[in-house]
Amino acid sequence: MKVTEKDVAYVADLANLELTQAERERMVRDLNSILEHIDSLNELDTTNVPPMAQIPDRFGVDESRQGSERFAYTIREDVLEGLRKSLPHDVALANAPDSDGTFFEVPKVIER
Amino acid sequence: MEPKSLTIDAARSAVQQRTASAISLTESFYARIQNDDPKIGAYLTLCKERALAKAAEIDTLAEKGERLPLLGGVPVAIKDVMVTKGVRTTAGSKILGNYIPPYDCTAVARLEAAGAIVLGKLNCDEFAMGSSNENSAWKPVHNPRDLSRVPGGSSGGAAAAVAADMAVAALGSDTGGSIRQPASFCGVVGLMPTYGRVSRYGLIAFASSLDHIGPLTKTVRDAATVLGVIAGRDPMDSTSAEVPVPDYVTELEKPVHGLKIGVAKEYFGEGLDTEVRKSVEAAIQKLADLGCEIVEVSLPHTKYAIPTYYIVATAEASANLARFDGVRYGFRAPEARTLSAMYRCTRDLGFGAEVKRRIMLGTYALSAGYYDAYYLKAQRVRTLLTRDFEEAFKKVDAIVTPTSPTPAFKLGEKVDDPLAMYLADIYTVTADLAGIPGISVPCGETREKLPIGLQILGKHFDEATILRVAHAYEQAA
Repeated sequence: MKVTEKDVAYVADLANLELTQAERERMVRDLNSILEHIDSLNELDTTNVPPMAQIPDRFGVDESRQGSERFAYTIREDVLEGLRKSLPHDVALANAPDSDGTFFEVPKVIER
Repeated sequence: MEPKSLTIDAARSAVQQRTASAISLTESFYARIQNDDPKIGAYLTLCKERALAKAAEIDTLAEKGERLPLLGGVPVAIKDVMVTKGVRTTAGSKILGNYIPPYDCTAVARLEAAGAIVLGKLNCDEFAMGSSNENSAWKPVHNPRDLSRVPGGSSGGAAAAVAADMAVAALGSDTGGSIRQPASFCGVVGLMPTYGRVSRYGLIAFASSLDHIGPLTKTVRDAATVLGVIAGRDPMDSTSAEVPVPDYVTELEKPVHGLKIGVAKEYFGEGLDTEVRKSVEAAIQKLADLGCEIVEVSLPHTKYAIPTYYIVATAEASANLARFDGVRYGFRAPEARTLSAMYRCTRDLGFGAEVKRRIMLGTYALSAGYYDAYYLKAQRVRTLLTRDFEEAFKKVDAIVTPTSPTPAFKLGEKVDDPLAMYLADIYTVTADLAGIPGISVPCGETREKLPIGLQILGKHFDEATILRVAHAYEQAA
């Protein structure tokens, strides 16, 4: 058993989840079963293998260029409205669970 | 005109030649959905007003005798992970149950600009996380070929809608096999393009380095047509590539004679269903008969693909899904008194079990002390998996494999065993990790009449070759 109930509580906290007691017990079981399978990666020696964070690392770019130079085609002029106009206030707030018409509203952050 | 077995070209030319109006065609699809979908469950939301307005626009063009655009009058549907302006978009999740997006996904906008009529939004696993569509927060989808079985996932609604003639074509998304596996289970064509080929703008993010949008269709030609419409650089997605888009439909007719087709033994090992193996081997023989040269290749790291995928995908998901906090859109838990309790209760009540499991696994893999052992390790193995393909593609033009180790399984069969469910993606996740394109094309049935899929994988940005091979096979089969 790699993952304990304490680990689950800690990770749930990081992930902004609460989880019921039943969910936590189930999570301990599921994570251990999946991680056991994932441990097979340790059979491989990857000391000199570079990590691959994204696909465009592998194609379509001029490899003689370095860093952000390689992705120069994604760069655009920094103009006021960007690629599209910003959403009007009322549209941006239309999906909000709670708003006063100007701001998103949330429960009190600081108790007095 | 009847929706049954209707292809893109047939629908478009009927509307062009005015043997059917786009409006009547659209209405006949809605009639079919009303009649058949209650037992299948493919649709979550219909957008009749938008569809009929578009159809009227197309009819006006046709009446004037103007040449219709490529998808003029063609009824299509969209997996509910792509945002549609003014049309509810849930990603199959309660946390977005009442979300009305203020903008359109680029791929959807391109379909409509090419004349397509969007009928509605299609059921899927919550946030595209699943292989059976049983993780939808709303309802399961039943496989039209056998209602007791799953349609596959996560684009289960898309595959089922096309298979049941409730849409001519559909857009799905593929992060670990979510277009190809359901296409295989439902007996339709499913194409995952190269990473960067199709803009992800407006696709609700699951794992950003693995997410792809692509078509599910009845024929390979239709898949080529839709890809041609949605492909190409979009300034709104900085990962969309500036690579010229060929005319995929014209490319279909090039001969396959002399193409080198790779077969990797790693895709024919333990766990492969006997009937699936036989069908795929027969398909390989058919390609040899068509003049392809069959070459053995090796992809030695294949067995590490599932563990690599479930670290990379869940790590990215845990970050992407942090935005669902009940502040700007979607569901908010009503009772919470503090901000932090509000976040937690909202996410606890808003997300389903599989989504929470993946957020937990991804957060664990990224957490202090485990980052190197899991996330960095998986990224290194991802390089090895990609190198496997790069080596193989020095020798061959395409690689053929089964799409899925088994045909469609029963509803409920794997819901209690997440690992068994993950292993259903064993032949599809490799292409997502490497960013190469893949297509699933029907290649026969089991004795129980369940469809089997042949997967064809290609080089980066070489969708033209896999479409050509798939088309030649489809025509010969």
